[in-house]
Amino acid sequence: MKEGVRKKRPAGAILSAFKGGTLYTRLSFVFMGFGNLARGQIVKGVLYFLAQVVFLLFMIFMGGRYIAHLFSGNLGTRLSGEIWNENLEIFEKVKGDNSFLILLYGVASLLLIGIFLCVWAMNIKSSYTTDKRLEQGEAPQTFKEDLHTLLNEKFYAPLLFLPFVGLLIFTVMPLVFMVLIAFTNYDYAHMPPGKLFDWVGFKNFSSLFSLSGGATGFALVFLRVLIWTFVWAFFATFTNYFLGLLIALLIQRKGIKLKVLWRTLFVIAIAVPQFVTLLLMQKILDGDGILNKLLGTNILWLTDHRYFSIIPRLMIILVNIWIGVPYTLLMCSGILMNIPADYYEASRIDGASPARTFFSITLPYMLHITTPYLITQFVGNINNFNVIWLLTGGGPVDNLYYGGGSQAQSTDLLVTWLYRLTTDQNPRYNVASVIGIVIFVISAVLSLVTYNRTASAKGEDTFQ
Amino acid sequence: MTKSFTKIRKRAGNIASYVLLATLGVLWVLPICYLIYTAFRVTPSTGIINSLFPSNLKLGIGNFTRLFKDTDFGQWLINTLIVSVSSCALTTLFILMVSYALSRMRFRLRKPIMNVLLVLGMFPGFMSMIAVYFILKAMGLTDSLLALVLVYSGSAALSYYICKGFFDTIPRAMEEACILDGASQPIVFLKIILPLAKPIIVYTVLTSFISPWCDFIFVNTIISDRAKYTVSLGLYKMINAEKNSFNDNFTVFCAGAFVVGGIIVTLFMSMQRYYVEGVTSGAVKG
Repeated sequence: MKEGVRKKRPAGAILSAFKGGTLYTRLSFVFMGFGNLARGQIVKGVLYFLAQVVFLLFMIFMGGRYIAHLFSGNLGTRLSGEIWNENLEIFEKVKGDNSFLILLYGVASLLLIGIFLCVWAMNIKSSYTTDKRLEQGEAPQTFKEDLHTLLNEKFYAPLLFLPFVGLLIFTVMPLVFMVLIAFTNYDYAHMPPGKLFDWVGFKNFSSLFSLSGGATGFALVFLRVLIWTFVWAFFATFTNYFLGLLIALLIQRKGIKLKVLWRTLFVIAIAVPQFVTLLLMQKILDGDGILNKLLGTNILWLTDHRYFSIIPRLMIILVNIWIGVPYTLLMCSGILMNIPADYYEASRIDGASPARTFFSITLPYMLHITTPYLITQFVGNINNFNVIWLLTGGGPVDNLYYGGGSQAQSTDLLVTWLYRLTTDQNPRYNVASVIGIVIFVISAVLSLVTYNRTASAKGEDTFQ
Repeated sequence: MTKSFTKIRKRAGNIASYVLLATLGVLWVLPICYLIYTAFRVTPSTGIINSLFPSNLKLGIGNFTRLFKDTDFGQWLINTLIVSVSSCALTTLFILMVSYALSRMRFRLRKPIMNVLLVLGMFPGFMSMIAVYFILKAMGLTDSLLALVLVYSGSAALSYYICKGFFDTIPRAMEEACILDGASQPIVFLKIILPLAKPIIVYTVLTSFISPWCDFIFVNTIISDRAKYTVSLGLYKMINAEKNSFNDNFTVFCAGAFVVGGIIVTLFMSMQRYYVEGVTSGAVKG
């Protein structure tokens, strides 16, 4: 059963309001709140009217300019500088365009227009509803009744309002902005206000995916980072999972005493903030760190770039085990306790060996239940910024990664590469933004797979 | 014969398990011990630590006095506390509101909203960090703790998932009875759902309280004023700012980490039961 009765699409509803509505409703198309004001719904009408006034003022004095700029085909042409003023015989400072602000405020204005359109549609709908009520001989809904609906049938609206405003300002707007950056040449050579940047179409994408650069080209660097990202995510996820499962099984064993103590021993590690552990490990593994002192060796645990930086890569995975296993241990022991005891009973009666029991009962059961968890972990590891950044900072630097001024380093994941591209002294926001989109596509595909696999997602509202 | 054999085997298995557990346990506890040990170690006048157990080893609380006297750690601690308390309150409120609306109410845009939230959550957060920075700048908010609170709680709606999963398991019958008795939705929300949702509320409070203590990426972009740092950025800068800062400040860093760790451990210990409940109830669903 679909939710509620199927309603008309918004555009269709507005059209039928124009056709079937009274003159008041039609006038509401131009003068917002008119339909409400004319029928004595003063507060509502005034609110709609004010919304229109504020919006128009905004568009005239600010928004309009940015929107015009945004659609003029380029992101500003005038550089700031000094222009000779004939009359006063002095140099006058002229404020030039700023591509960055044009784009940012343009996006903000577009979002505001979108919101305004929603309010506009609501205004029409409200007037049309009043039409209908009058037609059926009912009185128009008073403001008090409106408030009552907002606290009952439409309580979701006030609930969602504030969280969504936050989301719009701090997630949606920046995201739209950064996605648009992927289609510009915004980098260290085009930093407004000194230099302006402009649209370049799909050029950034093609330089990332075409093999034109040859063996040291940009595309190959991208491929190397991508492969390492996946290798890392694979090992990080499964080493944690199986070691966590192993420890959980050991603690669960019948003969083992002091179970709580053993568990606490590992779980304490969760309580230490991740960045503290990581910085600590970084210092322990440093060339001058305590590990080398203890072993009397001189190994560059985190900065040896030989053999494809194999040592730093292994160390990263090992440290990640230290950090991640306590979590999987917690989760696995929770699930292990829930495996129905009769399964084990049956296998014991059949005389199955412990190994057989593990591979035929425990493991399949665990995998079945935790597949969604594993996929989310995998996605999480693809985006696991902290572990890489705090341990190696993406390094060591390796010639293999120089292609096209990529700024990538050998243990970089896509995310840490992205971060370096935006915070480096020579930032390349456009490339960073393309990488962000790639990360999004990967995470989206994997997450959708999980989402569809999870039974709970499908029967989400049948459960209650 | 076979019986004693299985007994021996079981014994051997137990011993092997104990050995393995003990080894792993030591591996897990050792770094923490090292942290605590270094925190209480008095640095020699050269400032450089050469070995783990030098002959002239001195223990004391010198690092802690240095931490609070020579650095702004006290200020950072207060900053972090302000940020985490306010962002935790806002975040929890937002998550509860969104979860309630999406779990208990039915409206036309419900499914589309859930899908949009799902998709938005898949973009890496700091891809848009630079844009967030400029938005804050346009609002005149950079270098302020308020900016941090806004950034941390602004996207709270995205993490509604676990909490909504929990709300979904609360039977409808109770609230329906309540509504028949004439209660409005806010009453149902406050009087029925919230009391039942205690474990998930504690879980949400805990996770959102802790995240400002651990994040340093956003702080690093938004805050440049040293006096406005949070502990994580302060500690990070302490040993990563300059080339030699490691040797000079490592013991002090450990002292700071000990303080932060202590606070979080205390929190966890007192709330552990709820935390585990939250993790297992929301995260894994078959």
